[in-house]
This record gives sequence, structure tokens and C-alpha cells, in this order.
Amino acid sequence: MAEVFFFIAGIGAVCGAVGVVMVRNPFYSVLALVFHLLSLAALFLLLQAQFVAAAQVVVYAGAVMVLYVFVVAYVGGSNPAQLRAPVGRGQQVIAVLFGLALFVELAIAILGSGLKALSTDGPTVSSTFGSPENIGQLLLTTFLLPFEIASFLLLIAAVGAVVLARRRGGIGADEADRVAVMDFRLPPDIGTMAEAVGGRSTREPLELGSGGGESTRTDGPEGGW
Amino acid sequence: MNIDWYLVVSALIFSIGAAGVLTRRNPLVVLLCLELMLNAANIALIAFARMWNNGDGQIFAIIVMVVAACEVCIGLGLVVALYRRHLPIDVDEIRELHG
Repeated sequence: MAEVFFFIAGIGAVCGAVGVVMVRNPFYSVLALVFHLLSLAALFLLLQAQFVAAAQVVVYAGAVMVLYVFVVAYVGGSNPAQLRAPVGRGQQVIAVLFGLALFVELAIAILGSGLKALSTDGPTVSSTFGSPENIGQLLLTTFLLPFEIASFLLLIAAVGAVVLARRRGGIGADEADRVAVMDFRLPPDIGTMAEAVGGRSTREPLELGSGGGESTRTDGPEGGW
Repeated sequence: MNIDWYLVVSALIFSIGAAGVLTRRNPLVVLLCLELMLNAANIALIAFARMWNNGDGQIFAIIVMVVAACEVCIGLGLVVALYRRHLPIDVDEIRELHG
């Protein structure tokens, strides 16, 4: 029975990988990768890695792929104005030859390996192998330092992505008339962000009789982002 | 199933991903192909963890998934930054880092 599941999941994973590379539209590439990741999770289950399989489905096929779909929809991957000429024939042929050579090399390494246990089903493992308890205990005892470093790495990557993708150059001319929610909540003598970067004010500031509010204004177009 | 079958699937997916990185020019698809290569490494790690009856390989696979998520995050941030500056979204056209 395990053989049947292995071949279904393995063929699904390889077909998904081929689909990612071959499909023209990046949106369909992302969908092929989701299929590939789900097949891979089935392979992980066959290898008694329940927690990793669940994390693969929830985190990878769920969260990361949603991020991909949003970016593909935002950038518009099939926009014909940005679609360049396809890759030259020579590069494609060389890439396929390189892939084949790499696969042959890896297959020789696997088949010629001196590890006798490779040709067996592996030892019988206890039922708790790969369970959340087992993984959690390993992560919080033996591998505590890598765990903490990985969490810091995620934080740095999140901050870096925000810094990379943030808006530069202020607010565009067509956006100066936009009214934000905060415009209604702020005190009347506080300037808006549109004013700070030289746009038109979205609301008329209240006339202050004795000029008490002047010190709280930060004006000047050079103070933009 | 023998362990070496899993390793053969892993090698096949890794080769497909490497060929894809060399072939495609859209950075979004190049990132997807990098994911394929990292996932191929994950299968091999988990197969070896099963072979040695040792959970360390699974921890390694989880850390690889974390690093892959970080890489996707930064890569998609770069793609969005390219789009905002109206630069061509094509890895052959972005030459400023070539030196």
C-alpha cells in the first residue's frame, strides 16, 4: 500500500515541479507549486514526519503561497508590456542539458553509495517519531539556539521586506485628494501627510485666533519619506 | 518503500529546479524554482532522518523552511520595489549589481 501512495505522491510532486518551470503565466506556476507542495507533504507523511508535513501544508502551501498570489496579482505577471522576448534557444538547450547532467550525477552518487541502509525500508521507528512532542522537545532542548536564531531571522526578513517595498518619493499627484480615516480623528491643527510632501491639503485647517497651533506644525516639502 | 527511491525523487526535483532557474527570466518564477530546490533538499533530509531513526534531520528541514520563507519575503519585496520604480521585471535587465 505504501508503494502505491509513494508513486502517486512522487509523480504528483515531479509533475508539479515540471509545471512550475514550463507554464508561461506566473499565476499558474504558483498553483503548480501549491500542488507540488501538497504532494510533498504526502511524501513526508510516508516518511513518518507528521509535524513537518502539517507545517508544510499550513505554512508553505497556505501562508507563503498566499503571499506569492498577492504579489503576482499586484505586479501583473502576464502584463504584455512587460513580457520580453523569450529566452534564446541556446540557453534553453544548455539549461536542459545541465539539468539532465545534474540528475545523472546525483543518481550515480545515490546508486554508488556505500550506505547499505539505503536499499532498505529503514528501521522500525516508534510511533512518536516525528510527532509534535518529539519535534518540540528537540527544538527546545538540543536545538534551542538554532530555533532562536531562526526566529530572529524571520523578524529581520519581515522588517527588511517592509523597508524594501515601502513607498518612496511621497504621494503621487492623483492621490493628494484622498481622505484617510485619520483625517477625521486628528486635532484640527495637525498637518496631514499629503501636505507634508507638497500635496494639496485635504481639509481646511481651522482658523486659530492667537496662533497657538503654529509650533505643532511641521511643514516643508523636504520632510518627506 | 526503499529510502533510495525518495532520494531519486529528490534528485529529480532538484534538477528540474536548477534547470528552471537557468531558463526562466521572470524573478517571480526564479524564486519559485529556488523553492523547488530547497524542497528537494528537504525530502532528502527527512529520508535520511527516517533512515537513521533520528529526529535531527526533521529539525533541519524545519529550519530550511524558515530560511525559505525569509528568502521569499525578501525576494517578493525586491520584486515589488522593482515594480514601483517602473523597472523591467526581468532578471536579465537588472544589471546594476553586475559590477
